[in-house]
Amino acid sequence: MSDTKTENALCLENVRLFHDGSKLLDLNVTIQPGEVVTVMGASGSGKSSLLNLISGFLPPSFSYTGRVVLDGLDITHADPADRKVGLMFQDPLLFPHLSVEENLLFGLPAKGDKTERCEKVRAALGAVNMAELGHRDPLTLSGGQQSRIALIRVLLSEPKALLLDEPFSALDSGLRDKVREFVFAQAKIKNLPTLLVTHDQLDADKSGGQIITL
Amino acid sequence: MKTKTKGWGDPLVFAPVIMIVALLGPLIAGLAGVLLPAFGFFPSLGGDQFTFSYLQDVTHKPGFWQSVRLSIWIGVATTFLSLVIVVSSFASQWGRNSFRRITRFISPLMSVPHAAAAFGFAFLIAPSGWLMRLLSPWATGFSHPPDWLIINDPAGNALLIGLVLKEIPFLFLVGLSASSQINVDERLKVARSLGYGRVWSWFTVVFPALYKQMRLPVYAVIAFSSSVVDVALILGPNFPPMLPVQLLHWMNDPALEMRFVAAAGAVWQLGATLVALLIWRIGEALIAYIGRRAAINGQRHRNDRWFRVTATTAMSAVVVIFVLSLIVLTIWSIAGFWRFPNALPSSFTLSRWANNASALWVPIVNAISIAMTSTLISLVLTIACLENEYRHNIQFTPNAMRILYLPLIVPQIAFLFGVSVFLVRYGLDGSFWPVALAHTIFVLPYVFLSMAASFRSFDLRYLQVATSLGASQNKALLFVRLPMLMKPILLASALGVAISIAQYLPTLLIGAGRVPTITTEAVALAAGGDRRLIGIYAMVQTLLPAIGFVGATLLPRFLFPNRKFFR
Repeated sequence: MSDTKTENALCLENVRLFHDGSKLLDLNVTIQPGEVVTVMGASGSGKSSLLNLISGFLPPSFSYTGRVVLDGLDITHADPADRKVGLMFQDPLLFPHLSVEENLLFGLPAKGDKTERCEKVRAALGAVNMAELGHRDPLTLSGGQQSRIALIRVLLSEPKALLLDEPFSALDSGLRDKVREFVFAQAKIKNLPTLLVTHDQLDADKSGGQIITL
Repeated sequence: MKTKTKGWGDPLVFAPVIMIVALLGPLIAGLAGVLLPAFGFFPSLGGDQFTFSYLQDVTHKPGFWQSVRLSIWIGVATTFLSLVIVVSSFASQWGRNSFRRITRFISPLMSVPHAAAAFGFAFLIAPSGWLMRLLSPWATGFSHPPDWLIINDPAGNALLIGLVLKEIPFLFLVGLSASSQINVDERLKVARSLGYGRVWSWFTVVFPALYKQMRLPVYAVIAFSSSVVDVALILGPNFPPMLPVQLLHWMNDPALEMRFVAAAGAVWQLGATLVALLIWRIGEALIAYIGRRAAINGQRHRNDRWFRVTATTAMSAVVVIFVLSLIVLTIWSIAGFWRFPNALPSSFTLSRWANNASALWVPIVNAISIAMTSTLISLVLTIACLENEYRHNIQFTPNAMRILYLPLIVPQIAFLFGVSVFLVRYGLDGSFWPVALAHTIFVLPYVFLSMAASFRSFDLRYLQVATSLGASQNKALLFVRLPMLMKPILLASALGVAISIAQYLPTLLIGAGRVPTITTEAVALAAGGDRRLIGIYAMVQTLLPAIGFVGATLLPRFLFPNRKFFR
C-alpha cells in the first residue's frame, strides 16, 4: 500500500480474531478518511470484539494476528489512551456525576488555559445548536441529545478514527434517523475513517460505504 | 487488558499481597504468640521447656469446664436462634410490605455497637429495668424491684438473648445481600406455581442456595459469640464467667506467671470455638439430609398461616425490644430522680452530660481517629485490590475470599493476646498506631465485602470511554470510577467506622489500657452500675457510627447537588 493511500486511513491488515482458539473473523480492509465501513453480523460473530481489538480493550480470552494501522502508525499494541480512536457505544455513557460541559471538557485534550478550553467546548455545542445544554445534568437530557453530546465528546478528543458499536439501536426509529444523519455528517466534516458495527440493515444502507457481512 | 501497565511496573499488583499480609500476618504471629507460651516457651520469662502442664493446669481452675461449656453453648445457641428468626422472617415476609418496613429498621440497628445494645437490653429487662417499671405496680404488684437474677444469670440466658438481638440485624442484612444474588422471585414463582405453600417454597428452593452464600458470615457469628468479651461482661454470668472473660482476667493479671495460664486458656478457647463450629457443621449436614427428603415427598404445606404469624411476630418483637433498649438508654442518660415503679423519671437534666463532657473528650477523639485511620487504610487497600483485578484481569478465587473471613472466624481473644505479647516485648504496646492497625484487621474484611459487589458490577464501558478519550488508567479511576462509585464507597466507609468504634478487645489488649476509646470506657463502667453515666457513654457509642451513616447518605447529594445520579 502506498503512503498516500494510508495517510489518515484506518487499515486492518490481515486481522484474524480468535476466541478460545476458534476463528471468529478474518479481515483485510482499509477505511479511507471520511469513509464509513459497516460490519454486519449476528451477535457472537465477533463484531464487538473487533472494535475492542482496535481500541485496545480485548479481553485475554481472545487472541489475534495481523496489524491495526492508523494514519501510518502501527497501534496494534499501543496503550488504549494513546490510540486516538474514538468510541461510541449503544448507550451514550455520559459520566453522570459531571455536567454536559464537564463531560466535554473531559474529552478535550489539556491544551490551552481554562477559558480557552471552555470556549472550545461552547463553540462545539453552539455549532450543533445545543449551546443551552452546557450546564445540564446529562441524565436529564433526552436519549437523542445524550447520543449527540456523546459524539461531540468523542470528536473534541481529536480522534483519528471513529468506532461505532451499534450507537443507534437504543433510540426509537424517528430519532434514530436524525442521530444517524448527525453522526455520519460529523464524521464526514472531520474527515474521519469510521467503522460501524451493527445488525440493522438500514444503518448499513445509510452509511453509504462498503458493507462487510461476517 | 492489553496495556502498558501489565506486569510488575504497576504498583497496584502489590495490593493483594499487602492485603493478605495485613490480614494473615498478625493472625499467624498472634497464634504463635499464644501457642508457644501455652506449651511452655516464653524465653523472657524463663520458659524454655516444652510442656503440657499449663494446658493441664488451666483445666483445674475453678469453674473452668463450666466456662468452656458456656462458650460452646452461647456460640451455637446464639447463632441458631438468630438464624432461625431471620430465615423464618424471610420465608414468611419476602416481598411483603412488612418486610420492607423491617428492612428500614434493621440497617440502622446493625450499626449500634454491641456494648451499647447490651447495656440498653440490661436496662430494659433488669428487675429494676424499664419493663418492670412499666408493669409495676399495676400488673406485678411490686413497689420495690424483685430480688431476681435476670441479667448475669449463671445459665447465660440474658447474654444469649442480648447477643441474638444484636446478631439478627447482621444476619438479616447478610441474607438480604445474598438474596440479591440468587434470583429469589423466580425460584419462588416456580415452586408456588407447582402448588407449594409460600413458606415451604422458600425453605425448599431459596434457603439452600441462600445458605450457601451466608455460610461464612454465619461461621463468623458462631466464632464471635463463643468468644465475645464485652457483651459477656455486661450481660453474662459472673461466676463462672464465659471462657473469654476468664481469659481476660488472666491476661490482665499482674503476676507474670499468669501469662502461661492465659496463653493455655487461649488455646482452649480456640478449641471451644472449633467445637462450636464442628457441632454446627454436623447440624448443617443433618438438616440438609432431612430437608432434602422432606422437599421431595410431595407434601405442598399450603397451610402456613400460623408459621407466618409466629415468624413475623418474633421478628417484630426483636425490632421493638432493640428500639426500646435504645430509648431507655437515652432516658437514663438525661434522667433526673427516677423512683422505682415510675414509668419515667420525675425530671430530666443534662447536667451529667455537662459534667462528663471533658472526660468524654479523649475517648471520643481516640475512637474517631482510630476509626478514620483504620477505615482509610482499608479503603485504599480495597480499592487498590479491586482496581488491580480490573487492570490485570485477576479474580479473587473463593479460597482467597475465605482469607478475608479468617480474622472474623478465629476468636479475637485467642490471637490478639499473642500479638500483644510480641508488642510488649518490643515496647510497641499502648500507642496509637498498633491499635489502629489492629482495628484494620477487622475493618478491612467488612469494607472489602461491602464494596466488592458494586465495584465489580461497574459498567466497564465508562472506563473504556474515558481511556479512549485519552485519559490514563489512573485518571479514569480517580475522575470517573471513584466518583461514580461514591455512594458504595461512603457506605463502606461508614460501615468500617462503625465496626472500628464497636471494637473492644483490640483496643484494650493492643492499647494496653492506655488508648481509651468510648467503647472501652463504656464497658469499664459495667461493674459500677451508674445507669446515668452508662447511658451517656452508650449513647455516644451509638451516635458516633450513626453520624457516620447519616453523613455517608447526605454527602453525595451535598457534593453533587444537581445530579440525578446521586439522588
